[in-house]
Amino acid sequence: MIAYIIRRTLYAIPILIGVNLITFLLFFVINSPDDMARMHLGAKRVTSAAVEQWKHEHGYDKPLLWNEAADGITKLTDSIFYSKSVRLFVFDFGRSDEGRDIGYDICQRMWPSLAIAIPTLLIGLLVNITFAMLIAFFRGSSFDLSAMVLCVMMMSVSTLFYIIGGQFLIGKIFNLVPISGYLQGIEAWKFLILPVAVGVVSGIGMGTRWYRTIFLEELSKDYIRTARAKGLSERLVLFRHALRNALIPIPTGIVAVLPLLFMGSLLLESFFGIPGLGSYTIDAINSQDFAIVRAMVFLGSVLYIIGLLLTDISYTLVDPRVRLQ
Amino acid sequence: MSGIFICHARAGLMLPAMLCAAFAPRKRADGTVWGVWRMLNAAAVELCAVMLALTLVGCGSSTPWNDPYPASQTGANILYSAFQEQPKHLDPARSYNVNEALFIAQVYEPPLQYHYLKRPYRLVPLAATEVPEPRYLDAQFRELPASAPAENIAYSVYDIHIRPDIRYQPHPAFARDAEGDYHYHVLSHADLEGVHELGDFRRTGSRLLTAADFVYQIKRLAHPGLNSPIFGLMSGYILGLDQYAKQLRSIYDELKRKQGASAFLDLRQYPLEGAQVVDRTTYRITIKGKYPQFRYWLAMAFFAPVPWEADRFYSQPGMAERNLTLDWYPVGTGPFMLTQNNPNLRMVLARNPNFHGERYPAAGTPADARSGLLADAGRPLPFVDKVVFSLEKESIPYWSKFLQGYYDASGVSSDSFDQAIQFSGQGSPEVTPAMRRKGIALETAVTTSIYYMGFNMLDEVVGGQSERARKLRRAISIAVDYEEYISIFANGRGMPAQGPIPPGIFGYREGREGVNPYLYDWVDGQPRRKPIAEARRLLAQAGYPGGRDPDTGEPLVLYFDTAATGPDSKSRLDWFRKQFAKLGIQLVVRATDYNRFQDKMLKGTEQLFEWGWVADYPDPENFLFLLYGPNAKVSGNGENAANYSNPEFDRLFRRMKDMDNGPERRQLITRMVTIVRRDAPWIWGFYPELFVLHHAWYHNLKPNTMANNTVKYIRIDPALRAEQRRAWNQPVVWPLLAVVALALAGLVPGVVAYRRRERAAAL
Repeated sequence: MIAYIIRRTLYAIPILIGVNLITFLLFFVINSPDDMARMHLGAKRVTSAAVEQWKHEHGYDKPLLWNEAADGITKLTDSIFYSKSVRLFVFDFGRSDEGRDIGYDICQRMWPSLAIAIPTLLIGLLVNITFAMLIAFFRGSSFDLSAMVLCVMMMSVSTLFYIIGGQFLIGKIFNLVPISGYLQGIEAWKFLILPVAVGVVSGIGMGTRWYRTIFLEELSKDYIRTARAKGLSERLVLFRHALRNALIPIPTGIVAVLPLLFMGSLLLESFFGIPGLGSYTIDAINSQDFAIVRAMVFLGSVLYIIGLLLTDISYTLVDPRVRLQ
Repeated sequence: MSGIFICHARAGLMLPAMLCAAFAPRKRADGTVWGVWRMLNAAAVELCAVMLALTLVGCGSSTPWNDPYPASQTGANILYSAFQEQPKHLDPARSYNVNEALFIAQVYEPPLQYHYLKRPYRLVPLAATEVPEPRYLDAQFRELPASAPAENIAYSVYDIHIRPDIRYQPHPAFARDAEGDYHYHVLSHADLEGVHELGDFRRTGSRLLTAADFVYQIKRLAHPGLNSPIFGLMSGYILGLDQYAKQLRSIYDELKRKQGASAFLDLRQYPLEGAQVVDRTTYRITIKGKYPQFRYWLAMAFFAPVPWEADRFYSQPGMAERNLTLDWYPVGTGPFMLTQNNPNLRMVLARNPNFHGERYPAAGTPADARSGLLADAGRPLPFVDKVVFSLEKESIPYWSKFLQGYYDASGVSSDSFDQAIQFSGQGSPEVTPAMRRKGIALETAVTTSIYYMGFNMLDEVVGGQSERARKLRRAISIAVDYEEYISIFANGRGMPAQGPIPPGIFGYREGREGVNPYLYDWVDGQPRRKPIAEARRLLAQAGYPGGRDPDTGEPLVLYFDTAATGPDSKSRLDWFRKQFAKLGIQLVVRATDYNRFQDKMLKGTEQLFEWGWVADYPDPENFLFLLYGPNAKVSGNGENAANYSNPEFDRLFRRMKDMDNGPERRQLITRMVTIVRRDAPWIWGFYPELFVLHHAWYHNLKPNTMANNTVKYIRIDPALRAEQRRAWNQPVVWPLLAVVALALAGLVPGVVAYRRRERAAAL
């Protein structure tokens, strides 16, 4: 397994270089360094000299990828791409184009994101699997049908509706929790109730249907028929046999998304005023801050690669038949 | 939001153990059902207990459950406000944005400020002892009389005297030890271990403000590392600033080579000819030529004092890595100081204990006395102890929290306009009865800004100075009904523009004299837009009868470039198409991202565009320069986006800009406005109107669209606010109990069904 992990880690290097290159090209196809300078300098009284000065100060006055005017290896190294990307590989994210330390900002903003994402994930799992099992137990009945109709309806409703509806009902009409905002420390709990509840409820439709499908697939297998033939009660069949096997694809799926949890949720954080990472990349794209965009894309790629690697490893843990080679 | 769904769909680790425990086999024969029942029952009881406890806590608590602020702030003299966009720069040499001015204008004190109440806007001293009057010199530096013609004036000299008793806010940059050495001016990386905020420095100090601090800041405008947005403009006026920047450039590059990015460029060592210290409380600014508008710049943060100690302190290695920069932690002399800087969550201003003191104005307009705005006359400022600005990106939660009393004042978004505002029989806006019952009041003001649609005067079809082109532009200007636009898209919050100068600016004329005769008739004491038939007549005279090109017989096609993309803009863009269609002209909307739009504007490839301008200062020059030929966007990279050029207008502009306000200047402005009305390089658009709602506990609000340092005038009644908040935010618990009851009621048939299924035969 060690060899496998090392090999996968080495595979990640060209992937990350590729991701960096694609991000760089996409960004600079849309935004030229002149555009970036104008955006950062503001809309009024921006002179050409000021644009040139800004580019010089921020290192955007070099050629994008290849410096024809330079000699030898500096043809490559004396370019925007090289100077802005190479330090990412040692996780030095540098400073944003506005001058803030990106690493520090990420560290500060990931905790509020996690404060929403983790409870939402765990409570969502509990609720979704409970409903899915209940529905699977009553499969084929009118309850099953009604529940599926309800799930489809819940899936069809925009998350924005849940957010605004939740804020209106719980925060504004019933006055039970703050509509939005955030306080650090122990006082954060009352700001998390509503976004977590909205996150859980908005995910019930899809989550329940997903787990129900997994349970029903298990319930149609031969070992279940054997268990029933042995005279086991439906409860034991469902909880002791079906549930255990049905859970195999679930942890593997979770492990893949776990590292990405701290990237946050754009809508939830924006509407609830949670100072997380959800809007960090979007804000950076809007303000044409390439330093943040490249850092966040790079980080997202690294985390995704880690997630996939962990998924592979988790397969070996939950299913002894799987071996990594 | 797909992220949320994915998390739910692919997850599931903790549940099995819990479920297995709950559903574990029981010894009793019917243990299955009872196991389920007992678990659910216990859960329900626990939930009820928690809710009951919450209810009791809520009933006993003095703060509502939905209060977003710490309980310790209840009843405190704190002003609560919000910001929608994170500030990027708080350095007074760099910041040029209203969102940022919201913060730094409360911290920094430039020499002058605008009188809070008087209109038209008037400059009064702030850090200065008086509003400076310039002395004029000729090219040989000989004194000229104040009445000297502008062309004879080579230099204007402003001697600015500052108050001697002003001190800086407490700040670690000023902290000194017993020997007088600065505590924190030579810090190593080890010294900065554990330091992440300014508050992590234990010692602070302060000192008296000096004239040298103002000069230091003027020099900072030329600092190569700061990219001050007004450097380009000021280098054309302040004597020697251009050369000074070149000098600093080479010095700074050398310093950076030796010391790295955190090099401290000590500007005190490099004198600037145009900004010099005369004595401890006097400094002198020398301006090239005559530039009467310069005094307005003295009311902006660009000219506020910055202590060299702050630059020295923040330039140390390791500071920038911790986001400890002057761009994030301002150091000023104003009534407030920034104590919490988290642009992603909250910005907090606290009262500056060293504030020199200022009093609420004793005079205003006659209406101010009637409306109670002079009730606090002569009282010391500021009134509030702290200002908490929370980030609210979305308008809906902002509005809801305002209605709950958690924000003291609010604008009015389109979503909530009908709920908040209604128009009286006379057409004036007022709050709805529901708002009035809550004690909410409305203040309005026409802003010193303009939104317009422009013609590219370089374009072959719509541009140029031919009579044909003028008639085409005037015809379109009549057809685009901005009264309707304001009604539909601005909820009536605006005034149709009659020319480039908005109300409140010298040269604006009211009544019949102020009406644009090319677009409006004066009917029954009111301006009335000319009928569309008149526009069609003009269009026919311009060579497009019925909106068609007689050579081809095809409809005239015009292109409208805009950066407004997305579904939100569709209705507005459709409305523009409809206006042009009234003349038979086909309008093609070319919506692009802002970068492409800027490119088109810089290259002059657009035909029609929309643009706006918010005044820097209340002088007609600041609007008429938008049409001055040498400021053309294409040829001069200036703010004349329409690339309009009229030699007569330009000649009058050059005369007008250097004149003091008076009858002669007014006459010149009238002639200039007449010229541009005739030439119609813009479809004049509208002057936006500001609507501000505030609660009954919020006092002294008078919208002042020129001043940003207005927080110090606001007084609140914290006791009334706390009382109202409690009354408006009583928790409603019964829906929670109802949900639990419903869930429990649903269990009964569920359990019955479960038992029936367990007992049913397999086939």
